[in-house]
Amino acid sequence: MIVAEQKTLEEIKTLVGSAKNVLVVGCGTCVTVCFAGGSREAAIVAAELRMASKLAGEAKAVSDVTVQRQCEWEYLDEIAEQVGKVDVVLSLGCGVGVQAIAEHFPNAWVVPGLNTKFLGIPTEQGVWAERCAACGDCILGLTGGICPIARCSKSLLNGPCGGSLDGHCEIDPDVPCGWQLIYDRLNSMGKLEMLMDIQPPKNWKTSRDGGPRKIVREDLRLGKEE
Amino acid sequence: MTNTNGYLSGSNLERVLKNGYFAVTAELGPPQSADRQVIIKKAALLKGYCDGVNLTDNQTAIVRMSSIAAGAILVQEGLEPIIQMVCRDRNRLAMQADLLGAYALGIRNLLCLTGDHQSFGNHPGAKNVFDIDSTQMVQMVSDMRDKRIFQCGEEMKGQEPRLFVGAAESPFAHPVAFRPYRLGKKVKAGASFIQTQIVFDIPAFKIFMEKVRELGIHKQTYLLPGVSPLKSPAMAKYMRDNVPGILIPDELIKRMEATGAPWAGKSKDELTPEDKKARSKAWQAEGIKICIETIQQLREVEGVAGVHIMAIEWEEAVKPIVEGAGLYPRPVVPAPEPVAA
Repeated sequence: MIVAEQKTLEEIKTLVGSAKNVLVVGCGTCVTVCFAGGSREAAIVAAELRMASKLAGEAKAVSDVTVQRQCEWEYLDEIAEQVGKVDVVLSLGCGVGVQAIAEHFPNAWVVPGLNTKFLGIPTEQGVWAERCAACGDCILGLTGGICPIARCSKSLLNGPCGGSLDGHCEIDPDVPCGWQLIYDRLNSMGKLEMLMDIQPPKNWKTSRDGGPRKIVREDLRLGKEE
Repeated sequence: MTNTNGYLSGSNLERVLKNGYFAVTAELGPPQSADRQVIIKKAALLKGYCDGVNLTDNQTAIVRMSSIAAGAILVQEGLEPIIQMVCRDRNRLAMQADLLGAYALGIRNLLCLTGDHQSFGNHPGAKNVFDIDSTQMVQMVSDMRDKRIFQCGEEMKGQEPRLFVGAAESPFAHPVAFRPYRLGKKVKAGASFIQTQIVFDIPAFKIFMEKVRELGIHKQTYLLPGVSPLKSPAMAKYMRDNVPGILIPDELIKRMEATGAPWAGKSKDELTPEDKKARSKAWQAEGIKICIETIQQLREVEGVAGVHIMAIEWEEAVKPIVEGAGLYPRPVVPAPEPVAA
């Protein structure tokens, strides 16, 4: 899932600025699951903004609504009317959600209420960790299902570096060494020989380095044959 | 194309190693300034006492004078540079461009390194690169030299950079069992020499070397274990506790502590500046002594081709270490005569 974290109320207040009418838009997908921007968080942020603005003597009208998926235009159609009535939309979606709103409502001013952090999983209650860097050319088949791009601090393909100690990375004792994890897994599966090949330089073209990415599936496109 | 008479690069380090001499390399840390005199002063301390001088590349992710620029100054000063290059700060374009330039400036040795993470240094907010890793860098530079191709596969027109290419290994970093194999990968990629993380624990290093020999790696590359003179018991403990891959046996720490015994048990205020100076001098002498003993023991290990002395910000220590270890004077191996291709 996409894991995000709420911005501080101070930053949100600054982003909302002097707008009188504010719509807080939550998202029912990833950010609901990671407790950053679901309907519950949208209601809380709306209440906080109302209170803060009242205390500041310039009471704002703040309402909230949550769509099932902020990253799809058809779900955004449901809130078109509400969006049209406010001065600012505070999106509690991930960065994709914020941009989907901006793209779908050319006249709406939208600001982000979250910081989109990474693609990851909850590892325990209240803890999320990165698992995928969306490099566009998956190599998990070479590394026992543990990604060195996302989980090695240096994204090494022929790791581990000399900074691996007691299972953790040199940058922080709380960061597991991705290559130690890969080594242990391949070792336990009897597949260590997979680490003996030199992995060639990665083609980062499929990653963000190749510019903004896009997928076109001709088999799924509509109206192509007419 | 340069004919180097059977040598890959013809560098002094390569000639010394290939002719079977026990090699000595030393480290020089470029300054955090544009002051050329710092390099010249440090170079004067090393001249004649080693076969090549490693120039660190933004060591511990702290901005310093570039290793190539410092290397070019060493060439002018009549010393042989071994430039270090890390994967943190350059992508494959910048690496290749800088190595073409390094060769053109007279640099003949390169040590390929991963590089410390930028979070350690003075620009923790920097974006890192890690476009390729150190093993891939070794392969890229070897191919530039031997196949005369760039990393993209395009053929190089004109002079190729003929560098003596090395890599590093940390024998005691984790997972320890994989380290000899990872070393083997770097050698397979083309590393002609290997400089290791600092070794204090000889028995542990011997276990590592047993595996290296079993894999036959010592016959395919020149292994130069790293050594370093301790400056104080506190430094020893700091390295032991904070630097991944450095093992310091308790007995060495006790030796350093015993050296400071005459001044022990006194509070800071009770020690006069003269006391502190004398204690520091005693510690340094013991550190140098331990370093010499370490070199002598390493020399006995089959498959060890030399040592790499890392006297960090203490280049003055290299001379007494090299002399004390019986490694002075350094061999003079004449450069190969250019042969018409």
